[in-house]
Amino acid sequence: MSEILRIEHLVKTFGTNEVLRDIDFTVSKGDVISIIGASGSGKSTLLRCINMLEEATGGKILYHGKNILAGELDEDQYRTKVGMVFQSFNLFNNYTVLENCIIGQTHVLKRSKASARDKALEYLSKVGMELYINAKPRQLSGGQKQRVAIARALAMDPEVLLFDEPTSALDPEMVGEVLDVMKALAETGMTMLVVTHEMAFARDVSNRVIYMADGRIEEEGSPKDVFYAPKSPRTRDFLSRFSQN
Amino acid sequence: MTIAEMNFFQRMLYILERYGGSLVKGAATTMAIAIICTLLGCVIGFAVGLVQTTEPHKKDGLVKRGVLRVVKVILTAYVEVFRGTPMMLQAAFIYYGMSQLFGINLGMWSAAIIIVSINTGAYMAETVRGGILSVDPGQSEGARAIGMSHFQTMMLVILPQALRNIMPQIGNNLIINIKDTCVLSIIGTVELFFTFRSISGALYTYFEAASVTMIIYFILTFTCSRLLRWAESKMDGPSNFDLATTDTLAFTSGLTRYDAKKGGTH
Repeated sequence: MSEILRIEHLVKTFGTNEVLRDIDFTVSKGDVISIIGASGSGKSTLLRCINMLEEATGGKILYHGKNILAGELDEDQYRTKVGMVFQSFNLFNNYTVLENCIIGQTHVLKRSKASARDKALEYLSKVGMELYINAKPRQLSGGQKQRVAIARALAMDPEVLLFDEPTSALDPEMVGEVLDVMKALAETGMTMLVVTHEMAFARDVSNRVIYMADGRIEEEGSPKDVFYAPKSPRTRDFLSRFSQN
Repeated sequence: MTIAEMNFFQRMLYILERYGGSLVKGAATTMAIAIICTLLGCVIGFAVGLVQTTEPHKKDGLVKRGVLRVVKVILTAYVEVFRGTPMMLQAAFIYYGMSQLFGINLGMWSAAIIIVSINTGAYMAETVRGGILSVDPGQSEGARAIGMSHFQTMMLVILPQALRNIMPQIGNNLIINIKDTCVLSIIGTVELFFTFRSISGALYTYFEAASVTMIIYFILTFTCSRLLRWAESKMDGPSNFDLATTDTLAFTSGLTRYDAKKGGTH
């Protein structure tokens, strides 16, 4: 499998607080990687550093061999290739569902209006939102907003999609619809990096699981290994808290 | 019947009859200056507010950072000076200053428009800055995450929302401008207040002329404030939150009907 992203010795500090300490891992085409861990372990910061929403303090982020942190590729251009889905959806409130999915294509990728619209409609129907193209974000439920956000990210034809706790802000009954969409997406071979607290998703859908603690990768492996035969006592301890309920 | 023999209402009617034309002309001038200057003030305010909220990019060189810093200092000075001094004095300062220092005689219109616009701009700059800061930071993260540049993010996502947020303040400024153009009478702009002074000076009917002029001012401001309210509600669209019943993926029991053809708003 061809390598898309390689993270080397990534470090991020906020003041004297070390949030990420020496993170190393690679993302290859078709990977669905779940990043799990307790709050404050640095999962979200890692994702935000990969998408340059936070500036990493040290290390390298190589995208097809080009170090993004050294400016070897234009930041905005890189971001079109590495999409992001946020916990709080971040749909543009001043546009309709359809416009949300078109605007990046026409203004960033310079696609024609017609082809952008076709692409937007294609992905909106994939996430089951084709009936709501004229609705404004505030007219949608949380789960619907997140599905539109996924369609918006997909419409840019990214190589990797980063999910930052995509279901954490949702009411329980809406979690399922978003996870279903993500599962379907994984099955199409989309490369995904998912920070999540949904252990069932991590176990059943991803091909690799990373457990983070204190800004480090504590354990990394196949879901089977991490969930059923964790090497680190901290991983075991973390996972045991989920199996109790 | 002479003016001295008339009662209050008769005098008001007399003023309207005799000076109705000049009052309408004065009111029109006032409105024209207020509207033009509020719009120009908004443009200035947006430009200044945009620069004030721009943070230097981490890869920018020293020169770019320096220029941005200097421009910001100048703009802050502009905002503070024009917010911090009376517009009446600004009018005198600019109008007489231009003719004395540069030999430029500004006409009534250009002087009025320049003065009120830059004064409004100074207030609007702060309003716009607040409007930009009031937009959820997630909006700009969402825009950056799909590869929009800072400029695109601002123009396409942040400013339209900031504009909606500051609409009440723009309305406020328009109404303030309608009233505050009266200070332009110091440089001889023939607007509504100037007309009042001419009438009261000619007839010595201060109370009646003031009453008539006040009523006209009130009609102008009240109409504007209602029109702006209407525009605001137009911008918002319907406020009902109709969700889906036809969404097969969502758990939608108890939600109201969504009409896809109408865009789900009715």
